[in-house]
Amino acid sequence: MQPANLFLFTIVLAIVAYFLGYARSRSLAMPLGGIRHLKSLPFYYGARAALWCGIPALIVLGLWAAFQGKVIQLLVVGSLPPEMVPSGSGEASLLLSKISNVASGALPVGFVEAPIVEAAERLTALRAESRFFMSALVIAVAVLAGFLGWLRIRPRLNARTQVESILKWLFFSCAALAILTTIGIIFSVAFETIRFFGKVPFTEFFFGTQWSPQTALRADQVAAEGAFGMIPLFTGTLLISAIAMVVAVPVGLLSAIYLSEYANRKVRGVVKPLLEMLAGIPTVVYGFFAALTVAPFISDLAASLGIEASSQTALAAGGVMGVMIIPFVSSLSDDVINAVPQTLRDGSLALGATQSETMKKVIFPAALPGIMGGVLLAVSRAIGETMIVVMAAGLAANLTANPLETVTTVTVQIVTLLTGDQEFDSAKTLAAFALGAMLFLATLLLNVIALKIVRKYREQYD
Amino acid sequence: MTDQPSQAELVRQSLKRRYRKERRFRAYGILAIAIALSALVILFTDIIGKGYTGFLKTTITMDVHLDGEMMYLDDPTDARQLKMADFVEPLVQAAIKEIPEATEDDRDAVRGLINPYASVALRDALKANPDWLGSTRSMTFLSHTDVDVYVKHAGDGGYSIKLDEQQKAWVDQLQERGAIDTSFNDVFFSGGDSRDPSKAGILGAIVGSLLTMFITLILSFPIGVAAAIYLEEFAPQNKLTDFIEVNINNLAAVPSIIFGLLGLAVFINLFGMPRSVPVVGGLVLTLMTLPTIIISSRAAIKSVPPSIREAAEGIGASKMQVVLHHVLPLAMPGMLTGSIIGMAQALGETAPLLLIGMVAFIVDVPGGLFDSATVLPVQVFLWAGSPELAFIERASAAIMVLLAFLISMNALAIWMRKRLERRW
Repeated sequence: MQPANLFLFTIVLAIVAYFLGYARSRSLAMPLGGIRHLKSLPFYYGARAALWCGIPALIVLGLWAAFQGKVIQLLVVGSLPPEMVPSGSGEASLLLSKISNVASGALPVGFVEAPIVEAAERLTALRAESRFFMSALVIAVAVLAGFLGWLRIRPRLNARTQVESILKWLFFSCAALAILTTIGIIFSVAFETIRFFGKVPFTEFFFGTQWSPQTALRADQVAAEGAFGMIPLFTGTLLISAIAMVVAVPVGLLSAIYLSEYANRKVRGVVKPLLEMLAGIPTVVYGFFAALTVAPFISDLAASLGIEASSQTALAAGGVMGVMIIPFVSSLSDDVINAVPQTLRDGSLALGATQSETMKKVIFPAALPGIMGGVLLAVSRAIGETMIVVMAAGLAANLTANPLETVTTVTVQIVTLLTGDQEFDSAKTLAAFALGAMLFLATLLLNVIALKIVRKYREQYD
Repeated sequence: MTDQPSQAELVRQSLKRRYRKERRFRAYGILAIAIALSALVILFTDIIGKGYTGFLKTTITMDVHLDGEMMYLDDPTDARQLKMADFVEPLVQAAIKEIPEATEDDRDAVRGLINPYASVALRDALKANPDWLGSTRSMTFLSHTDVDVYVKHAGDGGYSIKLDEQQKAWVDQLQERGAIDTSFNDVFFSGGDSRDPSKAGILGAIVGSLLTMFITLILSFPIGVAAAIYLEEFAPQNKLTDFIEVNINNLAAVPSIIFGLLGLAVFINLFGMPRSVPVVGGLVLTLMTLPTIIISSRAAIKSVPPSIREAAEGIGASKMQVVLHHVLPLAMPGMLTGSIIGMAQALGETAPLLLIGMVAFIVDVPGGLFDSATVLPVQVFLWAGSPELAFIERASAAIMVLLAFLISMNALAIWMRKRLERRW
């Protein structure tokens, strides 16, 4: 059975176990004089049987389904004749895709060597075997555990507390998934990053001013595959983020001030959701807009003014990214400004200050730390934004501060290095993970600082 | 009396200046809002202006004489013969007949008006109706992409017209007679991706998006709600709970591309799952949307007043019964609205899916969770990067469909919040 069907079948078995458990608890209660002589309601006996039946089986199913692909791959590669065993993981993935293409019939048998055909047959056989054993094991576990659970139903059994504590553990493991995700992120980037630094020296990555992962610059270079200096990528990222902030911070902040201090309810009720719509538009749409409308417009404009500009400018990507971030800045600032107590406002107005003076001299300074936190969060978002820069910023790693030139960013390079054909032991693909690690650390740092500032500030008036 | 102006005079003078400043400050605020809203308007008009033509297709209607001799076909029920037969010739002959000036010498120019897939359509028609052989039928075919571009964008400098002067004259003439016509582009909604813009559709991407969203929904909603219940109702105040909370807040702010790296390293490299399938896409998006759903679900649980809990506890319900029978049903509307918003985010997400290989060129509409698929935003990305301008209008049209989905999801969330909101 397919894992998805097996999953459904296990659920059906668990439902059957529920009804059997329910029936057994009732029939045990009958001679005693009704269900009030049971320790728990029949529902809980049924639920207990269902949990006994379902949970172990689903754990087995999950583990098997997660690892069977890898195990089968290893077995197939291991069965190849020694001269065909691939040396690198790049070769291995090529070979594996060849074998699975033969197995699925996409590649005719006549086109490949005999061992590959054998391996493909073996792959098909192993897949069928794995599917059979998985189905047999999962069903056996479900039936056996369900039967045991059913057998152990006694009138004195406190099924409710058992069911509740299992549920509590289930809830806990769902919450713990957040930790697991973080660990997964850290390990998945950390391992590859360490391997990357085995190939490319630390200093080159952090202090190199050349980024060209495709070509070898000189034959005796350590990596011999190109230059991996991340400085131009980080300056490019910072340039685009800075442009985005120049757009987003004044516009977002002033709109927030107007909406929270001046606008009446009606205007606010219309404008605020419209601003928030900007945040709900997918980034690929902004990328499309930046690449096909804004970038040509800017380069035409620059050309008509006699300035030289490339067709993909940092200004186009950064400007559009700024528009995307406006609602982010405005809603965070709005929160912070609203959190400033009314008494401060009233005091200032009572002294004869105008509304704008109150805003500038009293509320803004009071809200400043919170706004700073919000801006930092927005910066972290700009640094991590991918689609706009992938579509509009370009690929050339230039070390420049000119917004009319093409720059590239960390996220652009991650995407370009990891899409298309790849082998997982080259410095090129590992570099993407190293960049990912840097990106993760940078945004994490910004977020932690920003959240600290925001939280600390909020406590002041509470 | 000195020459010095009085205090009142000074104030009066400064007041004018201060009020001017006040008005200016207010104007800045209005200007800021105007900039933001005009950006929104420009974005929408640009996309609609570019893309509405994507919902139109150009067709050519001709009287096709299905001559068996011309096609080297005498039995349309014979699959082998159908495969070998020539279905281009009757189309070319029909087109030549439609255009009075065209002669046998203009074959190539005439052929340039008809879509290369039209012969496939003709073969399928004949296969379905074998008795048509030998008769003359009025049939409608897709026109060539170049004709499509010319008909839609003749006056638009941004598009390069590939037809020559003679072909343009023919198209104008046929258009006047109504033989070449534009109509609603059903192909766009019923097909998968294609190398030929006039055959390219978004059905494959929509189905891929739906399958991916299905996985995301069935995983992230129950897990998110369960995690929120644990953290809000059962978690003891200890280091582990704090750590989980900090983690969830941080994950909500991690760039989405990092989740793509995670998916690539764990699901594809470690577990050996296939690339570019909805299951892996759904798993990655699940991890990405979980923090959003957990945070909004916790807010929903928090808003249930303690009196409800106390009342239930007062009549002897256990903690779990209080939560499952009383708190959860009351918090459910809030949880659902939060999840819809999280799903809308996931639906528009592109970057992590690029890393797990959902950028492949896939023509077929995916049939299951383990079939190679692409999703709507990735389809937009692929078409936007195409050098052929006819794909740009398809990309804009696909964006409109995507935005329609998103806006209706958000509208649903707002409607639900209004409808189910409860005040205590």
